[in-house]
Amino acid sequence: MMALAAQPGAKGTPLAQPSREEAHASLQGVTRLYHSEGRTLHALGPIDLNLVKGEFFSVVGPSGCGKSTLLDILAGLNPPQAGTVQFEGKPVVGVPEGVGVVFQEDASFPWLNVRDNIAFGLRRAGIDPSEITRRVDYAIGFMGLKDFAASHPAQLSGGMRQRVCIARTLVLQPRLILLDEPFGALDQQTRLLMGDELLRLWRETSATVLLITHALDEAAMLSSRVGVMSTRPGTFIDIVETGWDKDRDSRVVSTPHFGDITARLWEKLRVEAMKIMSASKS
Amino acid sequence: MTSKTSTSKTSESVLRLAVVALLIATVELLCRFGVIPVAVMIAPSRMAIELTKILASGEFSADIVSSIGNVLISTVLSVTLGFIAGLIIYSLPSLRAALEPLLASYYAVPTFIFYPVFISLFGVGSGAIIAIAVLLAIASMITATLSGLDRIPPVLRKTGRMYRMSRVKTAVMIELPAAAPYLFTGIKLSVAYSFIGVIASEFILSGSGIGYAIAYAYNNFENGHMYALMLLIIVLAAGVNTLLNGVDKRLQMRRQR
Repeated sequence: MMALAAQPGAKGTPLAQPSREEAHASLQGVTRLYHSEGRTLHALGPIDLNLVKGEFFSVVGPSGCGKSTLLDILAGLNPPQAGTVQFEGKPVVGVPEGVGVVFQEDASFPWLNVRDNIAFGLRRAGIDPSEITRRVDYAIGFMGLKDFAASHPAQLSGGMRQRVCIARTLVLQPRLILLDEPFGALDQQTRLLMGDELLRLWRETSATVLLITHALDEAAMLSSRVGVMSTRPGTFIDIVETGWDKDRDSRVVSTPHFGDITARLWEKLRVEAMKIMSASKS
Repeated sequence: MTSKTSTSKTSESVLRLAVVALLIATVELLCRFGVIPVAVMIAPSRMAIELTKILASGEFSADIVSSIGNVLISTVLSVTLGFIAGLIIYSLPSLRAALEPLLASYYAVPTFIFYPVFISLFGVGSGAIIAIAVLLAIASMITATLSGLDRIPPVLRKTGRMYRMSRVKTAVMIELPAAAPYLFTGIKLSVAYSFIGVIASEFILSGSGIGYAIAYAYNNFENGHMYALMLLIIVLAAGVNTLLNGVDKRLQMRRQR
């Protein structure tokens, strides 16, 4: 049995992580507060996270712990009140070039067909038309959308629309891909298969991936490392190294090691989820 | 499934046409057999003949052109001004909160009561007619603009930011097409209200236009002219509406998510 190399730590104690110097993207002491109606809500942090180039990192945590806020901050969509955010050694101010996001909600443009949806970002970037055609064709084939290139999103299923959004992000060849529960609305089987596609895509692009998910099995199957977040204000209470080979796929779910990982994740997460339950009862 | 839906759609339109044809045929028979006296109404077939006659003679061409022109100007003005007003109201939430109840009850006020005001402002003629039609149509465009902007999914704006698009580019390339189906509903209503506003105003405050010509024919017992012009308005309104519905249908189909 593979060992779960990781560093379980109590809230507040730093978890062992790759150094900031070798990080592709990093968050140091990142804190996010929200002010509303004279009250201050401490939503997130302080968070320290260093993502290694080319790794697949997943974040799991109880609902409302600030997972999506974390992703928005890393994408430059939402500046933190304290701490620093870096991507490829440069501070993140606004959305950096080379970062792609797939959102939880359906973000396909209903007025464009599949092909034009996927080409949208490339056209904005002023890329050569023949190169756009090449990349879009490849993405359409890769994502299994060949028969639907001329269809509009309204004619597609939820899973296919999400594939369009993934393809749209992929064609820009981002070096950091941020995924905010992209399979949240899909059924279990589709999610597993989409997970396989995602792994294939990750291997092919060698991009760094950060996946936000509420599904422990998804995190355990897909990731090189999984970060477990606490209840609000969200901080990392554990980071689990899965030790999977790079060419893994959804079949790992039937191995004992997969059970060990999910058990470990659930052990940590259960405590946090129960805090929310008891808080809502009182 | 699709073929089933399209078959039922076809049979629906066949049935709709049949109902209209039956109604026309009934009126035709009632007129032919004198149940409806000629002094009250002429047979639909004669209406059509009279219409071709007046179209060929060009007797009412100036009136027809004037009415269509006024409807067009009213539509363009109410759509443009309504859209701009909608944008301003949308960007000022406190103004919106204050205006929303007024907009909601706008159509409770019969706009036509203001015709004396407009006659004294613009005189008898197109100015006053267009003013009333715009007043009637503009609120529907404002409301449609507001609901269109409200319904743009926030994730689409976020996507624009991910593509590092400027505010203006996001507005033109994402927000406008996302709101388009709702804006088009506003355009459709503006056309309908402009038609109503123009034709009805011509009855009371004009010396030209189809509405005026109908009133004139009515006062002079010229049933042939009167019914021909009424038929013309129905054909025009139905034609424009069919055209706009076609576009609307395509836009709405894409909206279903």
